[in-house]
Amino acid sequence: MSVLRPLDKLPSLNTATILLVGTEDALLQQLADSMLKEDCASELKVHLAKSLPLPSSVNRPRIDLIVFVVNLHSKYSLQNTEESLHHVDASFFLGKVCFLATGAGRESHCSIHRHTVVRLAHSYQSPLLYCDLEVEGFRATMAQRLVRMLQICAGHVPGVSALNLLSLLRSSEGPSLEDM
Amino acid sequence: MDETVAEFIKRTILKITMNELITILKAWDFLSESQLQTINFRQRKESVVQHLVRLCEEKHASLNDAALLDIIYTQFHQQQKVWDVFQMSKGPGEDVDLFDIKQFKNSFKKILQRALKNVTVSFRETKENAVWIRIAWGTQYTKPNQYKPTYVVYYSQTPYAFMSSSRLRRHAPLLGQALTVASKHHQIVKMDLRSRYLDSLKAIVFKQYQTFETHNSTTPLQERNLGLDINMDSRIIHENIVEKERVQQITQETFGDYPQPQLEFAQYKLETKFKSDLNRSILAEREEPLRCLIKFSSPHLLEALKSLAPADPQKEAKGNYTHSKLFRRIMKLVHSKDRVESIVLLLQELAYLVSQLYKIIF
Repeated sequence: MSVLRPLDKLPSLNTATILLVGTEDALLQQLADSMLKEDCASELKVHLAKSLPLPSSVNRPRIDLIVFVVNLHSKYSLQNTEESLHHVDASFFLGKVCFLATGAGRESHCSIHRHTVVRLAHSYQSPLLYCDLEVEGFRATMAQRLVRMLQICAGHVPGVSALNLLSLLRSSEGPSLEDM
Repeated sequence: MDETVAEFIKRTILKITMNELITILKAWDFLSESQLQTINFRQRKESVVQHLVRLCEEKHASLNDAALLDIIYTQFHQQQKVWDVFQMSKGPGEDVDLFDIKQFKNSFKKILQRALKNVTVSFRETKENAVWIRIAWGTQYTKPNQYKPTYVVYYSQTPYAFMSSSRLRRHAPLLGQALTVASKHHQIVKMDLRSRYLDSLKAIVFKQYQTFETHNSTTPLQERNLGLDINMDSRIIHENIVEKERVQQITQETFGDYPQPQLEFAQYKLETKFKSDLNRSILAEREEPLRCLIKFSSPHLLEALKSLAPADPQKEAKGNYTHSKLFRRIMKLVHSKDRVESIVLLLQELAYLVSQLYKIIF
C-alpha cells in the first residue's frame, strides 16, 4: 500500500505542487485552471486525482499541499475522501492538508450535513474551507487563497512555514461538545 | 366548403411557422403552383392565412384534404407527440400474406366505421413503406373532434406500429383490433417503449443502428477524447489518465461514436424469490414472490447510461455493487449488438441488483 509522504522526495527548484483529490472531475479541472491563471512567483504544478492511493509513477514531484474536495451533494464524495485519507502519512497533517467543501450554497441538494465535514476536518486537525466551485467568482477567490497557501507550504515565503499557517488558520472554537 | 372545414384549415395553417409554410404547402400539393405564387408571404401571418383559406374555399377543399394537411404538419413535428410502440403477431401456422395497401385501408376504415359511426379516417403513405393514419374520434351522436386526433404509423413490411398517445385510453382496444384485422395479424401487444422521437424508436425496434452513424467514425481514437481536453495546460497532470483512457475506450467500443437513439422511458417488471443458506433472512421465508417494478425515464436514456462514470476498479475487490461493477455489466450486455434484448437483460440485471440491496438492508 503506497502512502503519500511529505518529505520523501527532494524539492525541485522554485516549483510548488498541489494535489487536488475529489470525485468531481469537472470541478477539479476548473479549479486547476483558475489557479494557474493566478500570478505567482513560483512555478505551479497541479495534480488531479480521483482518489488515493495514486497510481505509481516515478516522475511525480514532491507534493506540497493536498486539498481534498468534498462535494456536499454526494455521499460518495465523502466516502471517497475518507478512504483516501488512509493513504496519507501522518506528517502530512502538519499544515499540508486542507479540506474544501463545495456545494453548500444549494442547501436543498446537500445530502451531507455541514457538521460531518467540520468533524472530519477537526479530527484531522486540518483547515476546512467552503467554496462553491461552480460559481466563477468564488472559484477565482478560492484559487487565489490556495495559491498563497501552496506557496507557504512549499516554503517559498520566507518567515512563514506550513505549521505556522496551520495554527493561524485554526479557528478558536472547534465543534461544540454537544455536537461531538 | 363547410365552415368547420374552413375553421379547421385555418387553425392548422396558423400552427405552422412562416419558414415552414411553403414547404408544407408544397408537400400538401392541394393548391397549385400558380395559386401559391399569388400569395405574398411577406405579409403579416393573419393576412397570409386568410388568403390561403380563401384559395382553399375556391378549390372546394374537403375534410379529407384538411385532414391530409394535418397529417403533413404532424409528420414535420413528430416530437410534439408521444409515441407508443405496438407489436403484432400472426397466429401459429399462418402464412405471410402480400400486403395490399388498398385492401388494408378499406378494411381499417370499415371496421372503425362499423363500430363508431362518426370517425374521420385519413391515410398518407410515405416512401419507407409506412402508412400514416389519422383518426378523428366522434360518438354515435357527435361529430368527430378534429382537434384531438390519434395518429398511427404502420410499417407494412414489419409487424410494428407506432401510435401517438393522445386520448388513447378509450379507443385503444378498438384501434388495436382494427389494425390487427386489417393487416391480417392475430394479436397485438403493447411494447414497453415510449418516446417523442419516432426515429429513435424505429432505430431500436428495427435494429437500424447504421442510420445513426456519422461521418466522423473513421478518425482515430486519440483525436476524439471525449472528456479530456487536448489543449489543457501542461502544468495540470491527471493522475488517473490511464484509467480514464481505458474507460473511454470501453465506452467507445460499446456505444460507438454515433449519437444514441433517444429513448426516454422504459419499464420492466421483476418477480423473484429469495433463497438463503446460513442466516435465515426475512426475505427467504416469504411465501409470495417479491415483485418489483423498475421504471427508467430520462430525457435521453442511453446517453445517460453511456455517461455512467466508473469508479476506481480497485474498489471492486471489496465486492460492493459500486458504479464500476454496474458499469462493467452494462458494458458486457450492451456490447452485444442486440439492443432490445440486451436492454431487457440489462434492466433485469439492475432489478436483480436492487433485490440484492434489499437483502443487504434487511
